[in-house]
Amino acid sequence: MRSAQAKFTRVPSCQYASDLIARLRLRVPRKQRRLPHLSPGLLLQDFHAMSVAAESPAAPAFWSTAGLAEGARLALPTLPVLGVFAAAFGVVAAQNGLSLTEAVLMSAFMFAGASQFVAADIWTQPMTVAAIVTLTVVTATVNLRFVLISASLRPWLGGAPALQTYPALSLLTEPGWLMSTRYRSAGGGDIAVLFGIGLVTWVVWIAATIPGHVVGTLVADPRQFGLDLVMPCFFTAMLIPLWRGTRRAIPWAIAGVVALAVSFIIEGWWFIVAGATAGSLSAGFIDD
Amino acid sequence: MTDGFAMNLLAIAAMGLATFAMRAGGYWVMGKVPITPRVRRMLEALPGSIVVAIVLPIMARAGLPGVLAIGAAAGTMLALRKELVAVGAGMLVAALSRLAGL
Repeated sequence: MRSAQAKFTRVPSCQYASDLIARLRLRVPRKQRRLPHLSPGLLLQDFHAMSVAAESPAAPAFWSTAGLAEGARLALPTLPVLGVFAAAFGVVAAQNGLSLTEAVLMSAFMFAGASQFVAADIWTQPMTVAAIVTLTVVTATVNLRFVLISASLRPWLGGAPALQTYPALSLLTEPGWLMSTRYRSAGGGDIAVLFGIGLVTWVVWIAATIPGHVVGTLVADPRQFGLDLVMPCFFTAMLIPLWRGTRRAIPWAIAGVVALAVSFIIEGWWFIVAGATAGSLSAGFIDD
Repeated sequence: MTDGFAMNLLAIAAMGLATFAMRAGGYWVMGKVPITPRVRRMLEALPGSIVVAIVLPIMARAGLPGVLAIGAAAGTMLALRKELVAVGAGMLVAALSRLAGL
């Protein structure tokens, strides 16, 4: 598992972009080359390879309406799985007392599956200022991974006007990032492709929330069907492909121990922020 | 519009803004300062750390059905590498174990 990435990270010393891309194609196992799906964090495994590819010389950045259509076409294969996850969020939102309007607004304004599942679990009524602070901090923590993803787009989008880049960035997701980075590494430069992918996946994400919410309101006892465990099961499934050997898992273990301890000591959901921060900080002190 | 709904909207808006800040933040920061290897390692360890920090305490709160469900999800994911099937397996085990009164 780890060998593909580990080998590739040593590659950047090679001189030619074409050589890099050829190596990229050779090194990334077939399993990871299949079209991406919405699994937050999952696709960071491609980060090294893709960020190197994104920095390789390619056409200068530009914007065209044809790019919007191209982005929409690229996004098509991911839409069914995306829809199922959005519907699952709708179910969980309904079970946690969010109205249909609130669930749809959350899908529209956040458009980030993992953080939406967590937010629905934390959701309390009546909403208090303290709860809003908790929700916001936890959301920011869960979505911190976007910092890394959007940072990797700087070499491509850096020269373009803010009016072209920030709208596209606002609809950035892992599958969208991966698809657009592949487009870029194949020599494409149209920023509208990134925005087109974002728009199509966004609309499907919002629309698919609705049937999920309707189903969610029909279930009387969510625990009976294990619906209260959808989010942790989903997160566990996400963790498996992130495995990069024991050494890389040390921060995870630290995160887990700290989160468990904090969950017994402090009421509420601060264990997420505490555990994630501890794990991430510890990784800064463990050399590769 | 009730006060309660206004507060809910405020919560959603705050979470949306926080998410946008993350999406735009990395790109924006990269224009100012380079990400050092240490910061990159920290960001790379983040997704896994978040997942573990969320799952373990929730599993502990859910008791034995929680442990069994998450074990089933992990096992299915290891075998089949399909998130949706893994989540389905976890829910099934949770439902069955609760039916059995665990």
